[in-house]
Amino acid sequence: MVREIEKTAGIPVVHIATIVPIMLTVGSNRIIPGIAIPHPLGKPGNDEEDHAARRKLCERALKAITTKIDKQTVFKE
Amino acid sequence: MKLELRQAFVRDVQWGEKTQMKEGVLFIDKADALSLLAEEKRFTHLDMDLARPGESVRIIPVKDVIEPRCKLEGKGECFPGFIGGSETVGNGATLVLKGAAVVTVGPIVSIQEGLVDMSGPGTEYNPYGATCNVCLLVQPAAGIEKKEYETALREAGIRLAWYIADKCRDAAIDRSDVYEMADSVEGKAAECGSNLPRFVYVCQAISQGLLHDTFLYGVDVKQILPTLVQPQEIMDGAMISANCVSACDKQNTFHHQNNPVVMELCARHGKDLNFLGVIVTTEMMTLVGKIRSSEYTVKLAQMLGAQVAIITEEGCGNPDTDICMNAKNLELAGIKTVVIGNEVAGQNGASQGLADVTPEMNAYVSCGNINELVELPPMKKIIGDIRAIANVSGGDEKSIGSDGTIVCEIQSIIGSTNELGCSKIGCEWI
Amino acid sequence: MKKRVVLYINQFFAGMGGEESAHIPPESKNTILGPGAAFTQAFGDEAEIVGTVICGDSYYGEHIEKAREECLKLIRAFEPDCLVAGPAFNAGRYGLACGDICTAAQRELNITAVTGWYSENPGRELYGANVFAVPTVDSARGMKDAVAKMSRLALRLMSGEPMGPAREEGYFHRGIRKNFFHEKTGAQRAIDLALQKFHGEAFQTELEMPVFKKIPPAAPVKDIKSAKIAICSSGGIVPKGNPDHIRVSSAMNWGKYDISKLDDLTPENYESIHGGYDRTWALEDPDRVLPLDEMRKLEREGAFGKLYEYACTTTGTATSVANAESFGREIGELLKKDGVDAAILTST
Repeated sequence: MVREIEKTAGIPVVHIATIVPIMLTVGSNRIIPGIAIPHPLGKPGNDEEDHAARRKLCERALKAITTKIDKQTVFKE
Repeated sequence: MKLELRQAFVRDVQWGEKTQMKEGVLFIDKADALSLLAEEKRFTHLDMDLARPGESVRIIPVKDVIEPRCKLEGKGECFPGFIGGSETVGNGATLVLKGAAVVTVGPIVSIQEGLVDMSGPGTEYNPYGATCNVCLLVQPAAGIEKKEYETALREAGIRLAWYIADKCRDAAIDRSDVYEMADSVEGKAAECGSNLPRFVYVCQAISQGLLHDTFLYGVDVKQILPTLVQPQEIMDGAMISANCVSACDKQNTFHHQNNPVVMELCARHGKDLNFLGVIVTTEMMTLVGKIRSSEYTVKLAQMLGAQVAIITEEGCGNPDTDICMNAKNLELAGIKTVVIGNEVAGQNGASQGLADVTPEMNAYVSCGNINELVELPPMKKIIGDIRAIANVSGGDEKSIGSDGTIVCEIQSIIGSTNELGCSKIGCEWI
Repeated sequence: MKKRVVLYINQFFAGMGGEESAHIPPESKNTILGPGAAFTQAFGDEAEIVGTVICGDSYYGEHIEKAREECLKLIRAFEPDCLVAGPAFNAGRYGLACGDICTAAQRELNITAVTGWYSENPGRELYGANVFAVPTVDSARGMKDAVAKMSRLALRLMSGEPMGPAREEGYFHRGIRKNFFHEKTGAQRAIDLALQKFHGEAFQTELEMPVFKKIPPAAPVKDIKSAKIAICSSGGIVPKGNPDHIRVSSAMNWGKYDISKLDDLTPENYESIHGGYDRTWALEDPDRVLPLDEMRKLEREGAFGKLYEYACTTTGTATSVANAESFGREIGELLKKDGVDAAILTST
């Protein structure tokens, strides 16, 4: 899905999910590891931490969007 | 460990004054059986029904299927952690009511329940069209959480299965099979000689939270590190399904009790292979969890001196990463692997069937494309609620025809693409 | 009654000359030519060649639509039950013609069609998903074997009996998976396979590892401050009530939802319908899967230009790769049309 959006629209698509090997296998180019399968962008338990974790991943996504890459890249930070 | 499975063949099931086996007929005292659950506050309604092979009956939505078993001799009780204590099972003698099953039915918990047909083409896909089924029907209490409801129904099914076996302790035994093997690696080597390839069985159990769990000796496996189990313990109900992944590839408790990989490896132990034991591992919902379990699995296999591993998957999608990691890591450790799984190839069969792949996974046994459509003719009697098909994975509102015909993906049939390799189904290129 | 078969061949096998005659237009004959004699023998009492249609390879390749139409007309005139084309071995243009005419005969005349080619024939690449073809060697020295296989396959198809797997029936598979029942259980097959593998014997997997497509990465966004960014998800996040009836697994569609007036996803306005994970946390706060709240804040703070007005979502569990790819193409078209500069897609 990510690959086809990127190809069709010709725009960078950042993929945030938990299982990095699957993202690499299906051909996503800009990859950000999520937190857990049921809550890739959340840390349930503490409201503040939950939001902070999500914000961090969103900021990292914006960075990935503006970064030039020439192959599949995992943005770990 | 030495376990004797004493099997009483059940050819029919009937209501009776007393729960007992008589000349191949299982009689159920309904009132007595239901009184087992009289104290259960988590259900508002309880009932039972019977379904026999060949009848025009459809059971839906089915959660779990359990084979009635109890210990006749030896330590502990079947279904450890749920019935009786937590002593190690797998020794002595166990009564099996072969040909009988308890089927738990109730309003849908999530999307992952399925259907069982007692006649017609649906019976080709699982063993339950050929068993005499004692169906437990429940309605959850108002306001009960899904997790509680699942727990209640899981426990009720196990208790009923054990109760039935317990009442039939004096049943005539039609067949007895002894499963005996040494406990230690050295003992097994002495039994098999040094030339036979040393096999482990890596059993991936889904462990992803609410309604996606498996229990081992009563312990939720998402809390364990991969661990070692003797095959006979599995036969005594050490593994319990609490599992609602898609109906087609959720491993029912019945599947675990009769795990075909375990049974087949036992049958061939000392003949053409040396069966070292079962590694029960997890399918976690974090990458770090997946990596930890896979690494640990390899280590256990190495500690046993394994040369070959059979890996079974449960579910599809992210567990594909677990089979890939296990195949890759074991192969890199010099252990030959074969994976049993299924495919998600689309209704037309033209799609790629796996979410994750790796070149090391070069020996894959496919137990079918879960998306293939099947037409199931109408049945005269429905046990449960036919409307549930609309919410079952593989079905939708349009699945039911006006005459009761169901057109759905085989995904909706319990056990249709079971990844322990229970049935003869496979998938091929055309 | 014998089944009626038309044989399609090129100028060379019709004995009308080699490359110098490759331009000849389609024609038909009532006689049996080229491999026709061998087919007649192989069909025995069950089928007969009722006519031969010939076309030059270059003619077909250069006037493909016209050649197809003319050949179909000639084939139709014989009122056949089946078209047998070739075998083409490793002849490229001939293989393309065989693949094209077989595809057309199946679709337009609704008859059985069979061809044969070498594994690397370009016809296979182009038409292999549409037609039944048997594997041949790369040259006409394999004629006898090819005719035997093609005639057997043609008779099997004409019998109307269910067709078995490619591996057993001896044809090139068409890229489609179908369920069959084996003689042994999956567990027995696995142990047999493991022993073969251990002992270093030849073994056959039941599913070859597929190769996923990869694409070169798109260029980065140059000016993030004016960029329009979309959020998408395969995590099953939809407006409460699931207005587009997206399936909880094996999704057949995706939804486009107006989020322009929303700052936060809550259990009151959105939900997760995904059947593949524990939804407890996503139901509590759908932002944990589709991060509208933080993206909206970042938008307000000026970290990027604008959040696209719509979120595109579906469920990823047990959804075939082919469906996921077509959703991706459709969403890609939409984002392109609406001038979106980048997207963030979340999966569970």
